[in-house]
Amino acid sequence: MIPELGNFALIVALLMALTQSILPLAGAARNIPSWMSVARPAARAQSLFVAIAFACLAYSFLSNDFSVINVTQHSYSRLPAVYRFTATWGSHEGSLLLWTLILGLWTFAVTLFSRHLPDDMVARVIGVMGLVSCGLLLFMLLTSNPFLRMPMAPDGSDLNPLLQDPGMVIHPPILYMGYVGFSVAFAFALAALISGKLDASWARWSRPWTTAAWSFLTLGIMMGSWWAYYELGWGGWWFWDPTENASLMPWLVGTALIHSLAVTEKRGSFKAWTVLLAIAAFSLSLLGTFLVRSGVLSSVHSFASDPARGLFILAFLAVVIGGSLLLFAFRANQVGLGGRFALVSRESFLMANNILLLTACGSVLLGTLYPLFIDALGLGKISVGPPYFNSVFVPLVLPLLFLVGVGPLARWKQASVPDLVSRLKWGFAASVVVALLLPFTMGAWKPMVAVGYLSALWIVVGVAINVQSRLRSGAGWSANFYGMNLAHLGVAVTVIGITMVSAYESERNVRMNVGDTITLQGYTFRFNGVKHIDGPNYTAERGALEVTRNGNPVTTLYPEKRTYLASGMPFSDSAINYGFTRDLYTALGEPLDGGAWSVRLFHKPFVVWIWIGAVLMALGGVLAISDRRYRAALRKQGRAVA
Amino acid sequence: MRRWTTFLLVLWLPLSAMAGEARPVAEDPVLEQRMIALSEDLRCLVCQNESLAGSRADLAQDLRQEIREQMRAGKSDQEVIAYLTQRYGDFVLYKPPLKPLTWLLWFGPFVLLIGAAGGLYAYLKRRTSRLADDSLSEEEKKRVTDLLANNGNK
Amino acid sequence: MKRFLIPLGIFIVLVGFLAVGLKLDPREVPSPLIGKPAPDFNLPLLSDPARHLSPADLRGKVWLFNVWASWCTSCRQEHETLLEISRQGNLPIYGMDYKDQPADALAVLGSMGNPYVETVVDLDGRVGINYGVYGVPESYLIDKNGIIRFKFTGPLSREGFDKKILPLVKELQK
Repeated sequence: MIPELGNFALIVALLMALTQSILPLAGAARNIPSWMSVARPAARAQSLFVAIAFACLAYSFLSNDFSVINVTQHSYSRLPAVYRFTATWGSHEGSLLLWTLILGLWTFAVTLFSRHLPDDMVARVIGVMGLVSCGLLLFMLLTSNPFLRMPMAPDGSDLNPLLQDPGMVIHPPILYMGYVGFSVAFAFALAALISGKLDASWARWSRPWTTAAWSFLTLGIMMGSWWAYYELGWGGWWFWDPTENASLMPWLVGTALIHSLAVTEKRGSFKAWTVLLAIAAFSLSLLGTFLVRSGVLSSVHSFASDPARGLFILAFLAVVIGGSLLLFAFRANQVGLGGRFALVSRESFLMANNILLLTACGSVLLGTLYPLFIDALGLGKISVGPPYFNSVFVPLVLPLLFLVGVGPLARWKQASVPDLVSRLKWGFAASVVVALLLPFTMGAWKPMVAVGYLSALWIVVGVAINVQSRLRSGAGWSANFYGMNLAHLGVAVTVIGITMVSAYESERNVRMNVGDTITLQGYTFRFNGVKHIDGPNYTAERGALEVTRNGNPVTTLYPEKRTYLASGMPFSDSAINYGFTRDLYTALGEPLDGGAWSVRLFHKPFVVWIWIGAVLMALGGVLAISDRRYRAALRKQGRAVA
Repeated sequence: MRRWTTFLLVLWLPLSAMAGEARPVAEDPVLEQRMIALSEDLRCLVCQNESLAGSRADLAQDLRQEIREQMRAGKSDQEVIAYLTQRYGDFVLYKPPLKPLTWLLWFGPFVLLIGAAGGLYAYLKRRTSRLADDSLSEEEKKRVTDLLANNGNK
Repeated sequence: MKRFLIPLGIFIVLVGFLAVGLKLDPREVPSPLIGKPAPDFNLPLLSDPARHLSPADLRGKVWLFNVWASWCTSCRQEHETLLEISRQGNLPIYGMDYKDQPADALAVLGSMGNPYVETVVDLDGRVGINYGVYGVPESYLIDKNGIIRFKFTGPLSREGFDKKILPLVKELQK
């Protein structure tokens, strides 16, 4: 009954989405207010029905309804309730429903916070988002229906053990909030192209939405990286896997977009750029969805592929992106040229920023798709992995980091190079000295470490000077200003984390009998044997490692070697002692003869800084959105209504 | 009494030697490091997308063992890579070899960057000169000042 | 304003590649051994461990080298096809039992039928590595001079055999 209701809700949602797109878009084109006013109610109804469908699927999982194919394939009666819930999006069909739900959420938010916008713009924005919803709902109903039934099975095949983790609860929803959030910027861009109206106020409207989506995506990627780190058992945090790249590319373009929007809002320039970046960011989100679900690339993250699905998404991509780019080609020249700016100015720095970010994104795209290009041309089969991406991406990022430090200090329209040099020279000198000396404290001097430190310190210097200038000038609080500086500081923190852990992490892979000890970077690990335990849906051998430092107890870590009951899959659960300046990471390997076990131990200095930096970036974004400029618009809307 | 303590001492000594410093799993840790470093840049052929170093698949274990033996026999990294690519092709390398087929891959991003940077420079120069014509002439500037001064006094 | 068409142009090329990509299998590894001599081995026979077989013994013949194992479920799928081919008689099939227990292998051949003229035993998988085996079953077509002419990865279907291997067999046997 409930699955049927869910299926029905999807169909109704599709009808609502069609209404939400056709009438408002036609109404805006023909200036028919009654048609345009259908946008909000239809959008809200669509979101509501998608939510109902999602609730039905979640209910099927929570109530162990093994007559639903999706539930049987991805759940298990003894799976803890929270994971039965997250299994709702643990499959291709379910995650697609999550995508659609989150699109409904963003659409609903747009209907709420758009009273200050002109009616035709609202109609177009909601209409475009409706078209995307139509595509997704059609895709689900035709090729990926989560509500398909089967004769009642005795039990399920269990959720992949890797996904049975708190990270799985948060990472996909937050990530999707980011991916899908760029659809709002996309819709704004198309609305501007269609109407031909693209000015500073358009930028001011779309900026908070875009920054919000970007903040979510930053957090989502950060969580994915952290989750991979503690879940996959080898201590890595980024593998340049196609799925990871699929999230990084929209992020890079999204970063360019939020900076470009700043220019368009403040100076009216970069309009064509901003529109193109908005289209590109969402296009990359869709492309990522395609890559992971079509079977075109092999990835640890891939869902089971099916040619029919791949073809549908590709067609959807072609229509949405191709259509927008066609619109761009014909209408971009009408958006006009903005204000003038000098060769050295904040604008030119931001333009350079755009180019560097796009080139970085291009290199990731090239590396990810190159094997496909070569294979499609019949020229053989190659692999492109971390060695390539690390070699190419890092040199592209370094000039970017330089810009992060100096850019915010450059004046709009015309920056004075002598002025910049005089403000920054002492900070630069200090950074160079510290960057050259600091590696010695960690033991080994490596050039890349000095470069990493220099970049990070340079950014900190830039932020410090920027903040100091503002405080001196007495200009008062600005959420936008401090948000920017906080986000830039986050970049520096992440750079330090990456530099430290890449250069100075250490590992031991040892055989340990009960009572054996091993010392790593001053920490002594003592193996106290394993104990057999029974989990809810697994059995495990749980090891105990007592950690001391200079005789003082630090912690006890309990890595496990699990066997999941439903699938028989073995799984190594690592145990980590988190710390601000280092992580102690342990994992059980295999049982060896004589009751000994192979144990892997890592000392990872400053690794949490990678993720703390990302959180700071996201917080910076959130802070920037809270600026009273955007709230003023809402207050005006409140007054207008009253 | 003394016999007992001697007996216990004799018993304890080998036991304490047993509960000592853990030994590396690998027989030759230096070789192992080298093998792992090489395997990290190699692909596990049976996995979806994992390195040969990290994979637990049977074939991966066999190949790691093969690499160990080759290294022990004195083969260089290059020779080990050649051994594997002769059997599995370039697909097994995560670092694509530099050959005409991969020139676009390796040089593309930098060519693009230089091209874009150059294009940006040229565009900015052009734009500045294009907009220079838009600035006001002296006469127009005077008119503006007059109008602003006479604001309201029409 | 033609430069505004560039993004669309790039996108169209991209979609073209992605469309072609849908028909490809990203995980299939083509063999670099095509056109090269079949790697040598000297392995014991499953039927009589005292006797050995090497590719040199099969010079002058066109033959199919099929790598399989008793624990491999996909191998069962192709078993019927292999039996058919062996019954037709014009292409001898030699098997290699890869990383398997000989007793289990004999049991499978006993119960399901034996399409192989002979099967050799590769206990540790070393010969498999030399042949670039990464996922059984895999089949190699080897010509009269001991050169590998074709590799089929995965369970051999009747259709796959007729379309890809049979024409080559006819040509090589001339």
